[in-house]
Amino acid sequence: MTGDTRPLHFTKRDLARLITGIENDDPHALRALREWYGRTGSAHIVGVTGAPGSGKSTLVAALTRMARSRGQTVAIVSVDPSSPFTGGAILGDRIRMRELFEDDGVFIRSMANRSALGGIARSTADVVAALDAAGYDLIFIETVGAGQAEVEVARVAETVIVVEAPGLGDDVQAIKAGILEVADILVVNKADREGAERAVSVLQAALDLAAPSVGTAGHHGYGALHRVEAPTASSTGWRIPVLKTIATEGDGVAAVLDAIARHRQYLEQGAGAQRRAQRLEQEVTIRLRDLLLKRAMQQIEPTRYHALIEACIARKLHPQEAAQELLNELARDDGRAPAG
Amino acid sequence: MAQMPEAMRPLRILIAKPGLDGHDRGAKVIARALRDAGMEVIYTGLRQTPEMIAAAALQEDVDAVGLSILSGAHNTLLPRVVELLRQNGMGDVPVFVGGIIPDEDVPGLKAAGIAAVFGPGTPLSEIVEFIREHTPLRHPIADRNSRLMSDYG
Repeated sequence: MTGDTRPLHFTKRDLARLITGIENDDPHALRALREWYGRTGSAHIVGVTGAPGSGKSTLVAALTRMARSRGQTVAIVSVDPSSPFTGGAILGDRIRMRELFEDDGVFIRSMANRSALGGIARSTADVVAALDAAGYDLIFIETVGAGQAEVEVARVAETVIVVEAPGLGDDVQAIKAGILEVADILVVNKADREGAERAVSVLQAALDLAAPSVGTAGHHGYGALHRVEAPTASSTGWRIPVLKTIATEGDGVAAVLDAIARHRQYLEQGAGAQRRAQRLEQEVTIRLRDLLLKRAMQQIEPTRYHALIEACIARKLHPQEAAQELLNELARDDGRAPAG
Repeated sequence: MAQMPEAMRPLRILIAKPGLDGHDRGAKVIARALRDAGMEVIYTGLRQTPEMIAAAALQEDVDAVGLSILSGAHNTLLPRVVELLRQNGMGDVPVFVGGIIPDEDVPGLKAAGIAAVFGPGTPLSEIVEFIREHTPLRHPIADRNSRLMSDYG
């Protein structure tokens, strides 16, 4: 690890190939990423999520054009779903980004989610890190069309935009419980359509309901004192804006880009450090879980494993008991001969 | 099966429509067939210039490029795509073509570097097979790695 934090000067070819390596767990690519981790952290990473058809790609394209006119370089990681049956995918977000293809200050990469849940791919965070190290000022992550629980993007992005559109059925209901909670900026796109005003007011009402709990989060008894809370979140308080856009026309897009910049300022004033710490803690935990599981699966005898599954199938054993039994056996094995 | 991990990497294929004709049904049929064959298809839509196609191929690091063209402009547009890919260091990426191409134009296109021309009625399985045979699974960065790593590793 060098102490150098300057961006790397990749050619687009090198960067594209590095990303392919990251997507495929290529050890060279992952080693390179580890070497360059110190150079990441200067890009502003913005997640854009929302229901299919809400206009995420068009909005990202419009935001990118606007950011370019303000002199920023932009990378876009656009995630679409893989077929659970064949593993294949059609990645079609570029269709709405055609005027950006030849801009030298823009890098667009389509990613299949490779059946990961949560709206992004398992390697999306590392792909974003590579783009960050390459020096792009602004990185958009466009998730797969998201419903209620696709909140993984909040683990990777610093600023999350949830895009809503009028006329998508019971759309506001759909986001109430899940992705609304990870939004830093709410956008009602296709604002020229009927129902836009209503969508805005329903979202605003939902936010107003949620707001008091932010201010009093520190006063809910003992547990709250020990909870990891962003102190600035309650004192300065980020007010989640609800903005209207017509992305196809560029209407309202400047206001969204302004809100993105304001949110970054807000993060830099203190809230960001806390969020970053929480994100990295989650990141390490998730990777630890993956490594532990991988190690466990290497150590467990396949015959023993299948015997326990059979017992579950015969309903002689609850799956939790089977898992606990495997863990106990692993612990005994570890006691006898520590694994390398 | 020593190459199992590499062989399991999904192929990435760019499907694009150069030129001005507005029919992309054929391109979409191909895209779906490749998806069903387990490939990751980047579909960029209608009216792509050769420059746009080459830029997309570069950033998406595709293993092959499929072009669908009905407009009759193939003799100018297709060799230009091949040329731009070469300029980007992607001369090893096969370019295949579907659509309406008169037989007499095929030798010229092949001489210009087009790997295959599939006329109307070509079985989809033939196209899938062609791609599998003509995309040597490149090690994503190993050959570039020495240069990248020597500066920073």
